[in-house]
Amino acid sequence: MPSYAIILVIVGYLSLLFAMGIWADRRSKSKWVHNPWVYALSLAVYCSAWTYYGSVGIAATSGVSFLTTYLGPVIALPLWILILKRVVLISKQYQVASIADFISLRYGNNRSIGAIVTIICVVAVLPYIALQLKAVSETFDILSESSKSTSIFTDSTFYIAVLLAVFVALFGTQTTDASRRRSGLVFTVAVESVLKLVFFLIIGVYVTFYLFDGTTDIYEQISALDGFEKLATFSNMEASINWYFMIALSFFAIFLLPRQFQVSVVENTSTNHLKKASWVFPLYLLLFNVFVIFIAWAGKLMLSSDLNPDYYTLYLPLEHGHRLLGLMVFLGGLSSVISMVVVSALALSTMISNNLIIPYGFLKVLNKSNPSSNARNIKNIRRVSIFILIIGAYFFYVNFNIQLSLFSIGLIAFVIIAQLAPSFFIGLFWNRGSAAAAKMGILAGSLVTFYTLALPFINEVFVEGSTLVSNGPFGLALLKPYQLFGLDFMPPVTHAFFWSMVFNVMFYLIFSVIKKGNYRERNYAELVVNASSYGDLQENAFVWRGEAYVSEIRKALTRFLGEKRTTRALDIFYRKYDLNPQEEKADARLVNFSEKLLTGSIGAASAKLMISSVVKEQPVTLPEVLKILEESKETITANKQLQQQSYDLKRLSDNLKEANEALVEKDRQKDEFLDTVAHELKTPTASIRAASEILADADDMPKELKQKFLENIVNDADRLAVLITNILDLEKLSSGREIMDKKEHLLKNTVTKAVDGIYQLALKKGVHIEVNKVENISMFYDEDRILQVFTNLLSNSIKFVPEGNGVIKINVVKNNQKVIMSFEDNGKGIPPEDMQYIFEKFYQSNDQNFKKPIGSGMGLAISRHIIESHNGTITVDPDFKKGARFIVELKTAGK
Amino acid sequence: MKKILIVDDEPNIVMSLEYAFQKQGYHVFIARDGSEALVIMEREHPDIVILDVMMPQVDGYETIKIIKENPAFAKARVIFLSAKSKAADIEKGLSLGADQYFTKPFSVKKLIAAVDNLIRI
Repeated sequence: MPSYAIILVIVGYLSLLFAMGIWADRRSKSKWVHNPWVYALSLAVYCSAWTYYGSVGIAATSGVSFLTTYLGPVIALPLWILILKRVVLISKQYQVASIADFISLRYGNNRSIGAIVTIICVVAVLPYIALQLKAVSETFDILSESSKSTSIFTDSTFYIAVLLAVFVALFGTQTTDASRRRSGLVFTVAVESVLKLVFFLIIGVYVTFYLFDGTTDIYEQISALDGFEKLATFSNMEASINWYFMIALSFFAIFLLPRQFQVSVVENTSTNHLKKASWVFPLYLLLFNVFVIFIAWAGKLMLSSDLNPDYYTLYLPLEHGHRLLGLMVFLGGLSSVISMVVVSALALSTMISNNLIIPYGFLKVLNKSNPSSNARNIKNIRRVSIFILIIGAYFFYVNFNIQLSLFSIGLIAFVIIAQLAPSFFIGLFWNRGSAAAAKMGILAGSLVTFYTLALPFINEVFVEGSTLVSNGPFGLALLKPYQLFGLDFMPPVTHAFFWSMVFNVMFYLIFSVIKKGNYRERNYAELVVNASSYGDLQENAFVWRGEAYVSEIRKALTRFLGEKRTTRALDIFYRKYDLNPQEEKADARLVNFSEKLLTGSIGAASAKLMISSVVKEQPVTLPEVLKILEESKETITANKQLQQQSYDLKRLSDNLKEANEALVEKDRQKDEFLDTVAHELKTPTASIRAASEILADADDMPKELKQKFLENIVNDADRLAVLITNILDLEKLSSGREIMDKKEHLLKNTVTKAVDGIYQLALKKGVHIEVNKVENISMFYDEDRILQVFTNLLSNSIKFVPEGNGVIKINVVKNNQKVIMSFEDNGKGIPPEDMQYIFEKFYQSNDQNFKKPIGSGMGLAISRHIIESHNGTITVDPDFKKGARFIVELKTAGK
Repeated sequence: MKKILIVDDEPNIVMSLEYAFQKQGYHVFIARDGSEALVIMEREHPDIVILDVMMPQVDGYETIKIIKENPAFAKARVIFLSAKSKAADIEKGLSLGADQYFTKPFSVKKLIAAVDNLIRI
């Protein structure tokens, strides 16, 4: 296939990706772009050219061990989800933009840790990117059947590298805030993940079912070959140990590789997406590995042994003249390269700018310039980094022309990256881990890795006939780089991984115990380790003491975020904490908030430097930090208590309100009572006055009339007297000041006395009083008072029964501990609507005689008080229709 | 002969007033509450109405409202005679259209003088 045709296809393919990226960027909110599938598929950026080509290579040469790289993530999946969720939560809260940011955040936004992590990542990933370019270049050559070009200007790989750099710069550096999501980029990565899987499956099906008659056919043919056992099984104990270490290594890589951190943490838009990813991603990895072994076997069976087994997927269709299929395989490989290079370059460029360049020196420059040029400067730093990285990787590939296979360079990268694991994983769960320890651990592990992996390699290239590997340095067998301390059964990569981890973890633990971190570190450690309990506290949990002015912090923010974003962010902040925006002094929360705000743009360490340049910070001692954190926890508890108290208070105030309403009602009743009393007193007084005035100059008045007036005066005067007595009586009874004079009496006698007392009146009106049935009951009561009640009830009845044929019936019945007395008459009865009011003072039925009875309006109220003072009840029987029936109940027991 | 209507539920007061006004030469009518008063008003069209406020059924306020609404009673003068003596009560009574407001206890002579004055106007 001619080169220009392939180049045209590549350019066309890249343009398609560009268009897709732009489309997705514009629709970042649409359900096509923002959904869990896109997130889960973007994680498959893990499958680089190493997977696409290298797996087949390793399966062909060393059998099933290629699987470890994919089994690691699959096996450790539950743990992965658990840890990732936590990392995502913390990262979102603190605007973390890279793995370097995250680790430096954990150790108190430590500047040098951020830098060290960045350097480790660059060292590990740069050759890795170089390998991707190597894969593109070599497959290009295979496809175009041309030999390697010698000048970079005729080398198509160079142009592909440049195109990739442009692609990353375009989609990765739109905003200065590196912690912002890049939906266009992620979307293209997800699409490429689909493409590379589909293409790989197609070639797998093609090889297995078109070139052969299915899996059994390949298996039967390959098992006839020599040395087959080695390819399909674990040969020995050593190999299985190796297997476990590889699984651990790939588990670390899935967290720590900058590109994995970028897609799984930084580009995560919702923690809910993790659920989908938890099964889609492992399924993806399994699908990718289904045909690997069969393609490898097929290649061994069909292709000449001098061909690079890494590219069996490409050679197989080409060998059979299926060029389009070959082109498809090439495009699948290109997809995996593009997504790996793009995401890695983006992640690394952010780290280089935020953790290396800006905090070391460039911050001063940024500090002096204005916001818009700052934003431009930061973006330019990242763009330049991207170009340097990709082009650097290209030259690395061209000049070193690495002879190692894709698979082993990938593994070396993994081992280097794994040096971050102790600081990352232990730091997540152990709050004692300190910055110094993290640095020492990473340094020790890296040195061991260098000694056991890189040194022998370099030595072999530059020193002719070196005995370093075979005899050890200066003949010290214990220090042989591949068999350190006599450990001789592991392959170099596993060996290096083992020893580097031993030293790394050891140094980390020892230094953490020996050297405690400062207050700031302890604070951040606490925040990360107890992320869930501090999640609610956010700015509140920040331990800080010092002096800062809002205006200066605002100035610093404006320099990087611009006027508009700063104002908006501070607005939200003030509203969230309900603070006074006029306050001149900044509090700890504002300082911490500003630092977080800046972190996205210039990295955690630089943000810390930036903010500390405008505030006068005073160190807080460790005991104080712990105390303050303890207080923060207490604040939450106190808040809950406060909530409870405020709830109680509200209930209390409701009760008070009710009580107040009752009081107001009482007051109103009292006013009404006084009004009524006044009215009741004034009326007879007015009557007396008028009659007296008339009598005074009524010489010509007839004697009988004069007599009548005089009688009226006497009646009214009596009425006044009764009224006053009743008012005082009622007042005494209702205030409880009147003490009942309870003695033992026969109830029968009292009833008789009441009837005798009213007899004259009844006779006068022609009313018949029947005392039907009175049991002989002796009990304790105040006889005068009870007599008053009976008399009142009887006189009321006399008042209302028809003249001449009125009948009043009295019944007294004993029932258990109670005596039930009823007084019924054949009067007009009590209207149902009045029944509930008749025992209130001054209540008079509307429909009574024109001539008002003496002392009216208070009798039943007084009676009720008297009966209640005897722990009894007085009610009116609502069902009695022939007249009125009052029922008095008294307890026989007790005094 | 001028007609006067006394509306009150206190029989003793009514008796005094009836005697006093008859002696002055008025034709006196008696009602025990508002509804009775209105029946007598329809029939007799009195010149003066002496009205109590607190009465069973239709009270004094209701009664004066009905009187003032009916053009047939336009010439009738109304005097309130009530035990309600607060400033607000008096104000309310006058605002409803009463010509005078007497509080109980009251002077019979002054009441007669006020009635005479109203008749003369």
